[in-house]
This record gives sequence, structure tokens and C-alpha cells, in this order.
Amino acid sequence: QGLGLGRPATLEEIAAWDVTVLPDGTGLRPGSGDVARGEEVFLEACAACHGEFAEGLDSWPSLSGGQGTLSDPRPVKTIGSYWPYLSTVWDYIHRSMPFGAAQTISVDDTYAITAFLLYSNGLVEDDFVLSHENFTEVRLPNEDGFYVDDRASTEYPLFSAEPCMENCRSEAPKVTKRAVDLNVTPRDPDGRPAGSMPDLLRASAAAPAEETATATAEPAATSEAPAPAAAPAGPDPALVEAGAKVFRKCAACHKVGEDAKNGTGPALTGIFGKAAGTVEGFRYSQPMVDAGAGGLVWTAETLDAFLADPKAAVPKNKMAFGGLKKEDERAALTAYLQSFSQ
Amino acid sequence: EGDPLITKVQDWASGFGDPVDAAPYGMPIRFESHVVRRNVEWLTESPVSSINFTPIHALEGTITPQGVAFERHHSGAIELSKDDYRLMINGLVEKPLVFTFEDLTRFPRHVLTAFCECAANGGMEWGGAQLEGVQFTQGMIHNMEYTGILLKDLLAEAGVKPEGKWVYVEGADASSNGRSIPLEKAMEDVMVAFYANGEALRKEHGYPVRLVVPGWEGNMWVKWLRRIAIYDQAVEGREETSKYTDMMPDGRARKWTWVMDAKSVITSPSPQVPIRHGKGPLVITGLAWSGNGKVTRVDVSTDGGNTWTEARISGDAKPKALTRFHLDIDWDGSEMFLQSRCIDETGYVQPTKDALREIRGTNNVYHNNSIQTWWVQPNGEVENVEIA
Repeated sequence: QGLGLGRPATLEEIAAWDVTVLPDGTGLRPGSGDVARGEEVFLEACAACHGEFAEGLDSWPSLSGGQGTLSDPRPVKTIGSYWPYLSTVWDYIHRSMPFGAAQTISVDDTYAITAFLLYSNGLVEDDFVLSHENFTEVRLPNEDGFYVDDRASTEYPLFSAEPCMENCRSEAPKVTKRAVDLNVTPRDPDGRPAGSMPDLLRASAAAPAEETATATAEPAATSEAPAPAAAPAGPDPALVEAGAKVFRKCAACHKVGEDAKNGTGPALTGIFGKAAGTVEGFRYSQPMVDAGAGGLVWTAETLDAFLADPKAAVPKNKMAFGGLKKEDERAALTAYLQSFSQ
Repeated sequence: EGDPLITKVQDWASGFGDPVDAAPYGMPIRFESHVVRRNVEWLTESPVSSINFTPIHALEGTITPQGVAFERHHSGAIELSKDDYRLMINGLVEKPLVFTFEDLTRFPRHVLTAFCECAANGGMEWGGAQLEGVQFTQGMIHNMEYTGILLKDLLAEAGVKPEGKWVYVEGADASSNGRSIPLEKAMEDVMVAFYANGEALRKEHGYPVRLVVPGWEGNMWVKWLRRIAIYDQAVEGREETSKYTDMMPDGRARKWTWVMDAKSVITSPSPQVPIRHGKGPLVITGLAWSGNGKVTRVDVSTDGGNTWTEARISGDAKPKALTRFHLDIDWDGSEMFLQSRCIDETGYVQPTKDALREIRGTNNVYHNNSIQTWWVQPNGEVENVEIA
């Protein structure tokens, strides 16, 4: 029986990787947490994206409210209005949140956050304590709002008739909706939909010869050739370019550049050389404001330390990002940020 | 007098081209730089939990090169080496096991071709024509030839207990993206793959190991596969409750809507591929697929569905794989409303958008397999429209 491949999994290994919790409570770990503790942890670890009341910031998911909206034109699908099982909430927080720092929430704090989310959805009182012992007693309101895929009986028979081939319409087609009216498609610089195929007409025999010749020539040098780097203290351009890629990890919350606005995190234009916690209009955590007031200025060294371990560098600040472990990524990102500070 | 490209000796006809090894692992020639994956930034809040789109308007045949095959990550594409790779099987099995990558390569190997389509492909079009370009409207799909081992062989090694009915799969990334698959499907055709199109999986497609679940929604094709667990019930994880459930007009939702129903779309002409050559011979081409088996027929209409002509299926129609169709016409230069509809081996006919909305309303989000309309204008420009 079998090929004899693989080796037995140890109990410790299974305990480390098997964090799944099922609707009937299978997999729950012993522990507990109350609403008050949950709110505390939520403000620190979750509110940067989900809002202080779990209402959701920007397009990040709202986790509360929405009851009674599921058949509306714009249903609001939250834990309280949509999710069928509390096990899903616990499992997901414990395994995948916070975004960018998964698997950092303790078992007790997972119970606490879950309790807070029940509270913020009006499902429990503010003195509620959730534990492995009362977990399965809690039911979410929309548990019965789901049914198993029935397309085979409700749709397939309707869509299996012999199709019409001729005279299938009674009148000529009329356009009722045009995508161009919405104007939400990414565009190429020439205004066409992004990725449009290039015009190959000039390849035809009728194409004017001159145009063909210039089109294939190398672009001529112009007077607008990039000027040599003026600032001797400026960051290495190669590092800046590498940093632009690293910045994608930050771009969910931070914007940088000429017109950058504060988002989930502060805009980072000009951050290099600036005191911590001082970007105008951004609501910082108190610890970050205190750090700036205490003399923390963003330099190559301080940024490196902060990016390596944000929670250790400025304890209890509200950035949910887990940090950049690779030194070269931190150096590149620092150079990239510096390039917006000159 | 004549075309200088012909009458004059060109550089490339006289001097040298690149030597061998100029690119030990080659990239497309620079003239094809427009053929890339693209995203739609407003769709998601973060590029590490996001999706981009295959440039299906610019590809031919059926196989999608990995480098342009759409990506969907829930917590970014991670870098996981074969040395660091481990796969665990536990739960309701006789022997919980751990495999290294090398262990997996010693199971009997199989090859299959399958399309992977995001359940939300076309989802932005539920409410009305929204995006200009087949890359954006139907490009959450790719089709690759996979080599790997069968999930059922792995399960046999661990020994599924009689009470085991569900196979839960999860990835090694921070999202872990767990999904529950009924045991019957796992025993039928699910593959644990490590090659795609003859080469190792690319990082963004789950290197070194991903799951291939032919015909079923892409979210179940777990990448960086790290754990397989057997349970007596569905896990009902976040990706199969909060997401990937289909909202119906009465406010209830369908769950476990795994199969991707039959669908087709014309990839050229389309908004990113206007007709620039004027009237005369015109190649109409597109893709058709069904999660329920083989595509048996594709019809094309140029008049918004009044009359239909059967297109040619080019090459083999493989089950649960992209199928290429062509129709060669003599375009008279007048307005066209191009549509395609496919029929699969079960007799299912791809429905119109109105027919789907009749049943599902417009909050369904997922599984929009309806007929797409392209409005071709006399100047050759093409728009994404809805018609009545």
C-alpha cells in the first residue's frame, strides 16, 4: 500500500501548521478574550484599514453594519450582515491578519478581537467574553442566508435548448450601454484603451517609404536628454529604481510624489529629513507623535531601523506592516523616499 | 521606385544579429512590449491583494505563456525555494505525512491542459458595459499545460479515513487562501503541479507547487501549496463564505459554486484590436471554454444575434481547456455587432447577459459567463456595448 514516500508529520509540526477552525468548533485553541481587550488590540492592529469602529476605510472591507442590505442595489457584506459562521472570523484573523503581518495575533487576542467584532455588530453586550467554551453558542445572523449551488437544476435546463440560428431578433439592435461613457478603463498615452495593438498599416506595400525609414530608426538624441545628477548628496539612481519596486509593498497605504495625499498612512513626499509624526493632516498614533517630539528624525539610519521592525522601533505605532527583513530592500526603499525629498 | 525595405539592403540582411546566449532565458522581442499583463488600479486597495489581466486580445492559439498569464494574489507572490518547500497531509488520514519537493517528484507524473479562470472574470460587467478591452472584460483567465502528480495518489499515500469527505487545501503565503474541495473532485482530476508549459512554475503562479483544479474557479487553485487536510465537513473559510459566494436577488447567496460554466468571447476584433485594414477579408477569432467538458461548437453573429454562423474550431478541443475558434468573413465595411456563443458537450448554450440577470440580478459578482457584444463601427473602431 503506497509508495513509502514522505515521512510522518510530528505533533508539533501539525500544531504549528494546522490552524484551521471549523464551524462546529473543531480546531479551536483554548483561550478567551473580552470586548474591551478586543477594542484595544483592534485599534492597534486593525483600525488602520478597517476603521476604529470596523466600518472600513477607503475600499478596505467594512466589518460591521450592513444588516438588511443584502437585497439592495449595493449590498454591504460584513461579518454581521453576511458571514455565516463565527469560526470563519476567528480562523481568518488568527491565520491571515493583520494584512502584512499575518500570524502575529495571539490566541487570546484573537478571541478578544472576535468578541469586539461581535460587539461592533450589535450581537453581544460590551461585557461579553468569548472563549473556546462558549464559542459555538454564538450564531451569526446570516447563517441561513446561503444555499448550495443549484445551477444544475435552475439554470442548465433553461440554457440547454437548441439555439436559434436565423431571424432571432424582431428588430435591429440598439445600443443601450457603452463602456466609453463610464471612462474607467486604463489608457495608453495616446488615449486608446491600454494595451491596444499598434497600427501596422505602415507595413503595407502602399505605405510611404520615408515614414517607414524614420519609424525604424533609433530615436534621435534631443536637447532634453536627462541632465547629469546635480545634487552630489542625492541617492544612487539604481537604488532609487529598485526602491520604486519595493515601494509597491507600501503603496496600499502610502502615496508619494508631487500630488501625493494622505491615505491609510501619511503621504511620504519629503519624509526624508523630517521629524517623525509631522506630516500635515495625518492622524498619527500618539507614540509616533511622541517619538517626533522626542527628536526622532527620518534619516537613512532611522528609516532603516524603522523599516526593519516598525513595532520595535516605535512601539504601539499604528502601521500594520510587519517590516522589511532584507537589508538591500530597506536601503533601496530609503533611497527611493530620499529621492522625493530634494 | 519600390519599397526600400525590399529595394535597399537592410542592416539585418548584411551584418550580424545577436549571438547565441545573448539571452540565456529569452524575453519577447521589444516590438511586442504592449503585450503585457495589466491591472485596473481602482479595482483593489492594494497591489499585493489584487488581480491583473491576461492580454488575450494579443495572443493566439490556446496556450497562455506564463509571463503574461493573469495573476491573483491575496498577500503577494512569495519566493519559496524547492529546498524550503514542505507539503503536509493531515486530518482524517491513517498517516499524517510531510513531503519534500523531491518526494513529490517520485510519484507517477501526468500531463494535462486546463484553463484557470477567476470566478470574478467578467464580474465588472454585471451592471452594464464597463471596461474597454477584452483583456479587462474577460482576461482573468489563462490556459497552460501542466505536469505534476495526481492529488489522489498523494491522498492514497496518507490513507483517507472513511469519514473523510472534504479535502481542504491551503498555501504557504500569508493569506494561505484555504479552500474546501469535495473528495469526489479530488479523486477525479485534481493535480499537484510543478511544471507549466514545460518549464517550472513561475513565482507568481505558485512556484514550486500549485494545485490544478480543472474546470473549477481559479481561487481553488491554491498556489505555494503547503497543506492538505481531510475533514468530514467543509471548512467554510473566508474565501468560501465572505468571498466567492454568489449574491442572488432575494438577498440569499449561492455557495459552493465551483464550476465555471461554458463561455466564449471574440478576442479580435475587440476594443484593443480595432480593424485598421478596411473592408475585405477579416479574420474573426476568439476563445471558448467550459468547466463541464469539451466545447463542441461556437457560433458567431455579426448582427447582434439575429443570424449566427458556426465558426471553425482550430486544433483540438480539449475538455476544461481553452479552445480557439476562427471565422473568416468578407467585411463590407458596415457597422457590426459581434457576438459569440459556445455550446459544450453537455448541450449547454452560453446565455445572454439578460438571461443571466433574469435569474441572478446584478449583485452576483461572480460567474458571469454571458455573451459579450462588440460594436464595430465603419471606421473599424470597436466598443464594448450592451444592446437591446
